[in-house]
Amino acid sequence: MATSVPSFKEQILRAKADSTTIRIRGGGTKDFYGVSLDGDILDTRLHSGITEYEPTELVLTAKCGTPLREIESALDANNQMLAFEPPYFGEGATFGGCISSGFSGPRRAMQGAARDFVLGILLMNDNGSELQFGGKVMKNVAGFDVSRLICGSFGTLGLILEASVKVLPKPEFETTIVFELNKEQAIERMNDYAAMPIPLSASCFHDGLLSIRLSGSETAVKSGLKKVGGEPTDGSDFWRSIREQTHPFFQSDQKLFRHSVNPKSPVSHKNTLIEWNGSLRWIWSDTTLQEQQDEAIKCNGNAILFRNNDRNDAIQTLTDGLMTLQKKVKNSLDPDGVFGKCRLFTEF
Amino acid sequence: MGHTDPNLTETPVSSVDKHTLIRELSAVLSGESLKHTLEDLKPFECDGLSAYPKIPLLAALPENEAQVIEVMRICHRHQVPIVFRGAGTGLSGGAIPYERGLLLVMSKLKSILNIDPISRIAVVEPGVRNAAISQAAAPHKLYYAPDPSSQIACSIGGNVAENSGGVHCLKYGLTVNNILKLRFVTIEGDVIEIGSEGLDSPGYDLLALITGSEGLLGVVTEVTVKLLPTPEKATVAMAAFDDVEKAGRAVADIIAAGIIPAGLEMMDKKATGAVEQFIGAGYPLDAAAILLCESDGSVEEVEDEISKTTEVLYAAGATEVTVSTDETHRLKLWAGRKSAFPAVGRILPDYFCMDGTIPRKTLPLVLRRIAEMEKTYNLQCANVFHAGDGNLHPLIMFDANDEDQLRRAEQYGAAILELCVEVGGTITGEHGVGLEKINQMCVQFDNEELDVFLEIKRAFDPGSRLNPGKAVPTLNRCAEFGMMHVHRGEEKFPDIPRF
Repeated sequence: MATSVPSFKEQILRAKADSTTIRIRGGGTKDFYGVSLDGDILDTRLHSGITEYEPTELVLTAKCGTPLREIESALDANNQMLAFEPPYFGEGATFGGCISSGFSGPRRAMQGAARDFVLGILLMNDNGSELQFGGKVMKNVAGFDVSRLICGSFGTLGLILEASVKVLPKPEFETTIVFELNKEQAIERMNDYAAMPIPLSASCFHDGLLSIRLSGSETAVKSGLKKVGGEPTDGSDFWRSIREQTHPFFQSDQKLFRHSVNPKSPVSHKNTLIEWNGSLRWIWSDTTLQEQQDEAIKCNGNAILFRNNDRNDAIQTLTDGLMTLQKKVKNSLDPDGVFGKCRLFTEF
Repeated sequence: MGHTDPNLTETPVSSVDKHTLIRELSAVLSGESLKHTLEDLKPFECDGLSAYPKIPLLAALPENEAQVIEVMRICHRHQVPIVFRGAGTGLSGGAIPYERGLLLVMSKLKSILNIDPISRIAVVEPGVRNAAISQAAAPHKLYYAPDPSSQIACSIGGNVAENSGGVHCLKYGLTVNNILKLRFVTIEGDVIEIGSEGLDSPGYDLLALITGSEGLLGVVTEVTVKLLPTPEKATVAMAAFDDVEKAGRAVADIIAAGIIPAGLEMMDKKATGAVEQFIGAGYPLDAAAILLCESDGSVEEVEDEISKTTEVLYAAGATEVTVSTDETHRLKLWAGRKSAFPAVGRILPDYFCMDGTIPRKTLPLVLRRIAEMEKTYNLQCANVFHAGDGNLHPLIMFDANDEDQLRRAEQYGAAILELCVEVGGTITGEHGVGLEKINQMCVQFDNEELDVFLEIKRAFDPGSRLNPGKAVPTLNRCAEFGMMHVHRGEEKFPDIPRF
């Protein structure tokens, strides 16, 4: 275990010298995502363990290969949690993959995304050097926010050796309420609830049913319940199935598009599941990425081809100006393309 | 802090003739919007950090995005350095002008373009004041959460540039956690939309990169922010402690009890003493430290949380806990905290407000060391502290007319920042690096880390003409600072202010 960092360095320097590319991988649970899976695998699981966790500091630091399960168990033992409810998408999910993918679950709309909880990252760059950005404190505005930039970059800017995240107390109480509504009513209701001072922690609409979750102290949840009405149920299995995409909606061989849009926008698709108070829509379709993007742009958002893409096809479209900036960022951190060639973009 | 003259660094020299520039800019801007006489430029000589004034070559105050673009293009064509300025309330000198460059003042772009209560967003121009957003959203029972203490005056464009926080950060986040989209003008004068009205966007997180970039990468002409539902009720509990360490432990105990307060602030005896003389907030003068702990949410939730908090505070050794009885009382208790800076300013004419963040558990050690340093530098220091997020604001009091006091204050400030790094914290939690902390960047980051920042800077601004000499030091500068640091007392240019 102690030899993993030198071996990472050796592998990175070798790839740089040979002009080959490295694919950073933990449990491989997010292999479905992205344009290309080119590159020799660098297995982060050799570098595992929680390095620092003090519950009263609300900060946890762990090595990239630490199983996400281990992290959530440690937090659970102290009544704390990763508030962005990261999806595992498989048992082998690691902490590094969680930060690197930047994926967030049902709690995201109210509590924030993975990137909102990242405090610092220890990065190994293309020279094999260890660089610390951000830190283990709640607020830090020294230098550009490289740690958030790394979050969601899918191993294309460098290797996350360690990351520090802000953690939060687990809600004392949680309940789910289900309403029968049509799509238009559901979108309206989700936005209404999000504008009310209630402890809303998740919302999801599919197939005529709107589920909302309230989380917090018992008094907060009870006073919220009074405001929204309805019968409280235990929705924990349901929310897990949404977080992990094991819900029957997610079983299909078509292309799965993810629309991130203005939350009050209408939805024309029949086969859709709506989360995040209306701002996230999952859509199965055989249409092209461009058609989906055109639709999303009308809703002041964007579309991503999330699952079942043909490898090497684009998963997102960006304006020329944005694409130029993305390239500049890539070049400033990984000019030789050592890390994750074409994982996110068809061009680099 | 230290060596704080941007004009002394290896920054670009514009060869453009001032008159040519005035002629070209006059074609774009009205006479009122272009300042070029000493008299007109004087009001822009500094921001909230007043110790290092500079007069820019010119100041442009465009009225719309089209003018911003034209000004950027003209400056790009003539390779003129640009410093951006919002309301000028920044405390780290980020908007201090560059003598051979243009100051681009964004304060005239001050329209609230749209409040969408259903989608819970506001689209505003950068010159809109932070507090004005919440005021405009208030009829819809919504508000914009980040609330820097300067919120009455500071503008949202500056908040984005600095990634500003406030007293409610622990629960509601900083600027970066509360914005959705920016219209961003590059050095070439191209407009790029970053982010969207959805919660995220594909590709690298440029929204995070630009937020807090202190005017080094470009300028923002429009900001889309998230609005949150206004809590039904807020109540504050004030606890007095006879010992600062007990107050520090109480903070950890509150967190350990599973409570994330909406605000959690600490003030030491010097700070409460200054405040009581200034406005009489009702703080106990015999306490070594006080904590202000706020709960917000539904009526029931707040009552429940405040009673739990009160229990924890007493268990942690509070000598007295006062709970606000109504909104007037709550605002009075907060008024003391919010006027801490001017109150301290009444004791001595000048103060430096430091901005380090530390792991909370190191608070007793850090406060003890800061107190010891009072003797070393023979100056007084009051402490106010965003205790919930470990963000310390020591206020070093001095008289700038006394050069020796100024120098000691600078050294004291630098020593505090370096102490923050030493205990695992950072040199700036929310005020930014600007000019003030540029040398401490060399303490916090090594050359390879700084080089990543410089590469990013070069990617957006290859000629280093946007806000030159601020936020990210060159490696040469750090080498020079390192030498100075080792040989303190044998400085090469004794007339230059150094910390």
